[in-house]
Amino acid sequence: MDEQYKATVDAGQAPVIEPGYTFGTVTEKISAIVLTRPASNGWFVGFGIAFLLTMMMLYAIGFLFLKGIGIWGVTIPIGWGFAIVNFVWWIGIGHAGTLISAILLLLRQSWRNSINRFAEAMTLFAVACAGIFPAIHVGRPWLAYWLFPYPNTMSVWPQFRSPLMWDVFAVSTYATISAVFWFIGLIPDMATLRDRATHPAARIIYGMLSMGWRGSARHWHRYETAYLLLAGLATPLVLSVHTVVSFDFAVGIVPGWHTTIFPPYFVAGAIYSGFAMVLMLAIPIRKIYGLEDFITELHLQNAAKVMLATGLIVAYGYGIEAFMGWYSGDRYDAFTLWNRLHGPYAIPYWALLICNIFIPQMLWIRKLRTSPVALFFVSGVILVGMWLERFIIVVVSLHRDFLTSSWGMYYPTRWDWMTYIGTIGMFLAAIFLFVRLLPMISIFEMRTLLPEAEVKE
Amino acid sequence: MKRDPVYGIMAEFDSAQALIDAARRTHQAGYDKIDAYSPFPIEGLAEEIGFHRDEVPLVVLIGGIIGGLSGYAMQYWMSAVDYPLNIGGKPYHSWPAFIVITFEMTILFAGISAVFGMLALNGLPMPYHPVFNVPRFALASKDRFFLIVFSSDPKYDPASTRDFLQSLQPRSLSEVPS
Repeated sequence: MDEQYKATVDAGQAPVIEPGYTFGTVTEKISAIVLTRPASNGWFVGFGIAFLLTMMMLYAIGFLFLKGIGIWGVTIPIGWGFAIVNFVWWIGIGHAGTLISAILLLLRQSWRNSINRFAEAMTLFAVACAGIFPAIHVGRPWLAYWLFPYPNTMSVWPQFRSPLMWDVFAVSTYATISAVFWFIGLIPDMATLRDRATHPAARIIYGMLSMGWRGSARHWHRYETAYLLLAGLATPLVLSVHTVVSFDFAVGIVPGWHTTIFPPYFVAGAIYSGFAMVLMLAIPIRKIYGLEDFITELHLQNAAKVMLATGLIVAYGYGIEAFMGWYSGDRYDAFTLWNRLHGPYAIPYWALLICNIFIPQMLWIRKLRTSPVALFFVSGVILVGMWLERFIIVVVSLHRDFLTSSWGMYYPTRWDWMTYIGTIGMFLAAIFLFVRLLPMISIFEMRTLLPEAEVKE
Repeated sequence: MKRDPVYGIMAEFDSAQALIDAARRTHQAGYDKIDAYSPFPIEGLAEEIGFHRDEVPLVVLIGGIIGGLSGYAMQYWMSAVDYPLNIGGKPYHSWPAFIVITFEMTILFAGISAVFGMLALNGLPMPYHPVFNVPRFALASKDRFFLIVFSSDPKYDPASTRDFLQSLQPRSLSEVPS
């Protein structure tokens, strides 16, 4: 790691961590945010707004339980409105966290150490937001547990040949593994907070969460083995999750859904939007909490490169969809393409192309790739674009299928919007709490990045 | 059996390099029941204190196999044995459709085994441990490195072990009450 450190400095690039830090100062700096820094007015205002949005979501969901899904804009033929759009959008955002924590760990990309903790937190909160939607979309949400195979008095079982069942298993496994992965990453840092906290309640709570961690060499050895194996397990898992989500569409015969490109194109799109969300969170957080030394230009730049690469894969996906619409000779597929470009939802489709393909090309310019303001803007544009992509896939495909007699239109109601915006509030409220209660950068992994952590045999 | 009032003797070091050198020399001097504590994982340190058998991979493998087999068996039994349902003329035992959930269950069980297996093999959670009796040990989670020789070691002797650890030039030396 020291060599890599020197190499980046020699090449004139930003380092993973600015020079001059020791084990002690890294520990102090990150743990002080949780232990000693008072909560600012800005934090209370931000958390307050996010909390009110969460309440709005609960109100919208409460009203939904009272009245049924008729309050939403969904009707036949568009039975999958905002709920599924938002589900796919949120679960996609979650993917960047696992990519950063697991795949980049296996690829020995040490720069991940500064951003993996809060990217994993982001994953968990995004999956929590995603999980709400299918549950409230089933019509009778209090029976959502019927999705799980449990012995019941009706003596029937779920239908395992359906991609919707695969999705239940994929998403619940993903949520579980993300949670435990995040938790075991936190254990050594909880021990640090336990030893440094002065308030008795904080000592007890962090002490319990640390599980009595004492940093024994034997423990570290098993810990690292388990962590590496979890990363190895999470890697195929994360790729499988959005693949299975794409099967929900691709296995159906609706024009615009029934394509083999969906799995890789969904996974790339997931990582694309996930990195955009990582940047949208990292850029203000590093500024507010003065963490520019730990989340450096290098991190911003690398995240921008990942977005550029995955964005091009997504663009390729759009290209292939259009090409297959023409080349397959299937009139319904050809019509789907025409309908996207010229139909009633043409404006969202063109907006999608601008957001996901044209504007992100500015990331080719190094100067913009290292500018936090520009990156924040592009990330926002990408998040909007990826939301529009799911809207196009769900709504535009369903609203014009094989028979003109079953054509229709979908107009979201205020309840759709309140639920969607409410989940953004819930996500942000969780992030606000997270940065105050847990170390948002992995302290022990930052220590390993320091030159003094090097040992000779 | 009466417990030894002393749990061990603990030496404190300033750097990872000093700890790994001290651990090697202590182990070479014939001490077997020793442990080393550091604020981050140090490559090769566990081997220096004589730790060679890491059972976590085996636990994960067993967990994964159990998860995969039970995932497949669950789908087979439910769809083909207990309540066969004809879905679009597909076979009751439609194995390709069962692969996804089999895979997810494999990952789920293997991942859970990795976490709980690691914790169980490490004997965690353990809120109390004698090493916490040493006030300076609070720095083990920050920037200091510790080596302990347990009093249960056959070669342990209060005076000579202390002298030996002193010869490693630690920053401080403390007796750990049990």
